[in-house]
Amino acid sequence: MCTKTFRLTLVFIAMQMFSYGQSEGMVHIKGARYIPLYGRDSTVVEVKDFKLDAYPVTNADYKEFVKKYPKWQKSKVKGLFADANYLRNWKSDLEYKDTENPKSPVTYVSWFAAKAYCECQGKRLPTMDEWEYAAMADENTKDARIKKSYNEQILAWYEASRSNENEIGQNPKNYWGVYDLHGLVWEWTSDFNSVLLSGESRKDNDKDNNLFCGSAALGATDLMNYAAFMRYAFRGSIKANYAIKNLGFRCAKDIDNTQ
Amino acid sequence: MKKTLFIICCILSFGLTACKNDAAKNKTDAAIMYQCPMQCESDKTYDEAGSCPVCKMDLKEIEIENESDKASNEISDMSIYNLPSTWTNQNGEDIQLVDLKGDVLVMVMIYTSCKAACPRLVADMRNIEERLPKSTKDKVKMVLVSIDPKTDTPERLKAFAKENFMDEDPWLFLRSSEENTREFAAVLAVNYKKISPLDFSHSNIISVFNADGEMVFQQEGLGVNSDATIEHIEEAVDKI
Repeated sequence: MCTKTFRLTLVFIAMQMFSYGQSEGMVHIKGARYIPLYGRDSTVVEVKDFKLDAYPVTNADYKEFVKKYPKWQKSKVKGLFADANYLRNWKSDLEYKDTENPKSPVTYVSWFAAKAYCECQGKRLPTMDEWEYAAMADENTKDARIKKSYNEQILAWYEASRSNENEIGQNPKNYWGVYDLHGLVWEWTSDFNSVLLSGESRKDNDKDNNLFCGSAALGATDLMNYAAFMRYAFRGSIKANYAIKNLGFRCAKDIDNTQ
Repeated sequence: MKKTLFIICCILSFGLTACKNDAAKNKTDAAIMYQCPMQCESDKTYDEAGSCPVCKMDLKEIEIENESDKASNEISDMSIYNLPSTWTNQNGEDIQLVDLKGDVLVMVMIYTSCKAACPRLVADMRNIEERLPKSTKDKVKMVLVSIDPKTDTPERLKAFAKENFMDEDPWLFLRSSEENTREFAAVLAVNYKKISPLDFSHSNIISVFNADGEMVFQQEGLGVNSDATIEHIEEAVDKI
């Protein structure tokens, strides 16, 4: 009897440690309602409390992943899930090129690959609303979007070249304790393909004008927020099997209410 | 009691960590046969369970894959049959995409409460279907996938199918979880967004897949000329 109770306790402790282990490197983000640049009719969206990786997934992290799940190795991945650029900066299935820094964010990964990575860690990709919510904070405010300095900093980064080769964690952490939402790479979100742009970006191509339902006019609530507009435009222009040089990802997780 | 708890904990901890690394196994392609575990009669198999006439041991269940099925079971690199998701049709039956293998698929993503573009998209689908010669039609499935699985229950899809006289071959309505729908849309390069509790914005794209599940053509826009689409469907059917 005693041993059974003991064993049971051990299991619980192990499980606790395990679930903490899974959340290691994640920060708790307290949800709220906010108006994203491009939301449901540009109205308020609600983000529930969630956990977000403090750092983007690195080359070294991704190497561990492909070791464990061979179907995501460069030579084995299905064309449906990743285009020919997938892990283009890797010299073999298990080795990135010598010029690559293990601590740099992994890039040249498709949406399918990013999604699988997170699922294999018991996590998921953040939604676009969650990502934008976490990313609108600067070092000391939750919503820094109206600050001139916030927007200038992001735009300065958009102009910087090869920032994907920098190491994670070099930029100051934001209000929530999250690093590098801006400054290194752009990141996949689970519902990146919910961006519908009409007019503007597709005007040069007549054929695309009737590709979308009429209600999808550009939903910018704050056109001043040019940096965010660029992110949405970028998301609206990519496909899920694209592997791109300056596009990486990080994972998110629901808050487990039972704990 | 404690022991049960212990087991439940173990299962839970495994269940939580298990990664969705599942390759969908298509059971229908494998016949279940019975064989003596000692193989007393070498490779002899039985259709029913029983005992081995030689050693009297219980026959063991084995799966035998048909040779012919094996060859066609190969799923190509670009095939949508690589997707392991499960879908429910308008009759409430669960299927995997790979169950559709062998037919040419014409697919569109819609939602039944749509008042704007979807009726026109459905009309486009119907127009394509009407123009297909009878011989081609037998090898084609016209598939409508819901982007609003919450509202579009199998019952709702059934009602919509009946209303539109689409409740028989080659028409097929499918729904799945929101996550699987998002993934499927990603494969079709269909973008969609919920813009109000009842409405979605979405790309107006009709996609043609060959018998191996590879995308061969996409018709973009509403009410466009579907000559090229028909051509690609017929070409894909000819190759079966």
